[in-house]
Amino acid sequence: MKIFREAIYPLIAVTAAFIIGGIIILIIGDNPITTFQLLIENSFGSVKGITETLFYATPLIFTGLAVAVAFRCGLLNIGAEGQLYVAAFATAWVGIKFGGTIVNIFGKQEDWSWVSLPAILLVPLCLATAIIVGGFWGAIPGYLKAKFGSHEVINTIMLNFVAIALVSYLTQYHYKIPGDPILQTAPIGDAATIPKLNQFLPFIPQDVALNFSFLLAILMCVFVYIFLWKTKWGYELRAVGENPTAAEYGGISPKKQIIIAMTISGALAGMVAIGEVMGFRHNYYHGFSAEWGFLGIAVALLGRNHPLGVFIAAIFFAVLLRGGIFVDAFTEYVSKDLVEVLQAIIILFVAALQKYTK
Amino acid sequence: MSETFDLAIIGIFIFSAIRLATPMIFAALGGMFSERSGVINIALEGLMLAGAFTAAVVTYELSNPYFGFLCGILAGGVLAFIFAITVIKFEADQVVAGVGINILMLGVPALLSSAIYDSAGSTEQIAKEFLLPDVFGLNVASILAFLLVPTAWYVLYKTPFGLRIRAVGENPEAADAAGIKVLRMRYTGVILSGVLAAAGGAYLSIGQSSFFTRGMSAGKGFIALAALILAKWRPIQVLIACLFFGFTEALAIQIQGSSWAKIGGEEIPVQFIEMLPYVLTIIVLAGFIGLSKAPKALGIPYKKEN
Repeated sequence: MKIFREAIYPLIAVTAAFIIGGIIILIIGDNPITTFQLLIENSFGSVKGITETLFYATPLIFTGLAVAVAFRCGLLNIGAEGQLYVAAFATAWVGIKFGGTIVNIFGKQEDWSWVSLPAILLVPLCLATAIIVGGFWGAIPGYLKAKFGSHEVINTIMLNFVAIALVSYLTQYHYKIPGDPILQTAPIGDAATIPKLNQFLPFIPQDVALNFSFLLAILMCVFVYIFLWKTKWGYELRAVGENPTAAEYGGISPKKQIIIAMTISGALAGMVAIGEVMGFRHNYYHGFSAEWGFLGIAVALLGRNHPLGVFIAAIFFAVLLRGGIFVDAFTEYVSKDLVEVLQAIIILFVAALQKYTK
Repeated sequence: MSETFDLAIIGIFIFSAIRLATPMIFAALGGMFSERSGVINIALEGLMLAGAFTAAVVTYELSNPYFGFLCGILAGGVLAFIFAITVIKFEADQVVAGVGINILMLGVPALLSSAIYDSAGSTEQIAKEFLLPDVFGLNVASILAFLLVPTAWYVLYKTPFGLRIRAVGENPEAADAAGIKVLRMRYTGVILSGVLAAAGGAYLSIGQSSFFTRGMSAGKGFIALAALILAKWRPIQVLIACLFFGFTEALAIQIQGSSWAKIGGEEIPVQFIEMLPYVLTIIVLAGFIGLSKAPKALGIPYKKEN
């Protein structure tokens, strides 16, 4: 019964989104039923469809968890986008500097690396970089809130812009191969990459980019669950989220919990870099994120800030994101922007229904 | 020779800064009415886009920029009303709902424009004679924005309406006890913010530019929010902050592809200038440049106790 009670409002929100979305499709002049079929059915029914969807879901699981952990402490982290940007750049930087990257500049070979570490050292180093740098960028607004009381919402918004401008500068001026028309860094060394899952599971088609980071995402769902509900730290973090004043009377320092929550939140967002940089693109590409940081807010809300809910909601949004491509191609008038509209309606409804869930 | 050259550059600069500041002045003044009434407005970006898109479509279809402008601000008002219902009637988290409105306004205009004009996310180009015209070298919308500043100041500080707006943002219980309709004032504040932010957006599409593109406000709504915080929610200071940000943006544009913006022979990367408004806001919020005091009831839904 508890699960039913938790699921009822998200289901109402999703239903409302499809009804309103359907009306918009009708106004535009297409058939809502066939559009929604295109949106959803391609993600099921084939191994390729399912595994592609899981690939799309991976970054959303990380950002959804990131937003959920902060939410549980009463904080709204709108900065996951900036956190994953700096983490991705830093991971690529380590992969270049310690990965033996040699670049070809107008026919001349140039060694951009300091050393060439073996995979057994470099992979953990890159993993740690993604987590620590994301965590650091998240800790900044946490610290500012704890120390000066400045609102984390404003600071995380501002830090998004700062992060994106900063890594854009570093890429453009220092780590882009001269002559490359695309704003991206040199490739990371082979020893910094993580394998795709189809190397171990031959039934997954060769062109599916699903990689090890998906397993890490599942692991993080379990980790966040254990942390929040089975440890003293998690209990203290939630206590501050429920009622900071009562928590303080109980001997818990809200300031400390705010910094911890934002650091963990940032670290989770930073893990997006693992799948993207180490598992998929093998460099830092500016503009790689399809606004996953903001989608994470929708994922966390729809998933009721619970790891299991986040996982399900991430799959749901991944289905929509992937389905959008088919809608774009196979309907006459509807474009993939429909997905954003549905997402926005879901956010508004979940937010508006929040007061009935207490 | 070099002196006249410098003067010319300064002149171009000032005009360019005013042009770039115009949409932010509208949006920030709008945000001021919403936040002074106690409602956090992260949705300025989306409200601007609503104005920009509607104004571009109507102006293109009917070849009348004034009617386009009017429809644009009307669309902003309607969208703000939806935002107001979610946060005031349903007491939704104001930040979350604001994020929702912003995402909605990335999707809706793109969806409609690709259905109407069959081009991914942008509308048709409007002929130059049907854009908002320039008067004395300044766009009429810029002039309107400047006139709006003293008007907003007068309304906020010298009228009963302004007093009520401020009262419900500072102490809604006391305001209620004094017979002020708290919720109605907040609806008004939020709708006003939609109308003004949309005016800024309309200027973007039918004044500065001649069509709408997806996400064309490009963070201006957030810079307006930053300006509002820097200005400590006061109209005259809002103007100064917006002009300052307009100036930095003009500088950033000038630097791209020019060689004169150098310090000690080193080129200043444009990204550092782009960062400036955001870094400044973080510093001000931390209280390093005087304490930035928000309206006391900002972000707290009002529940009438019976």
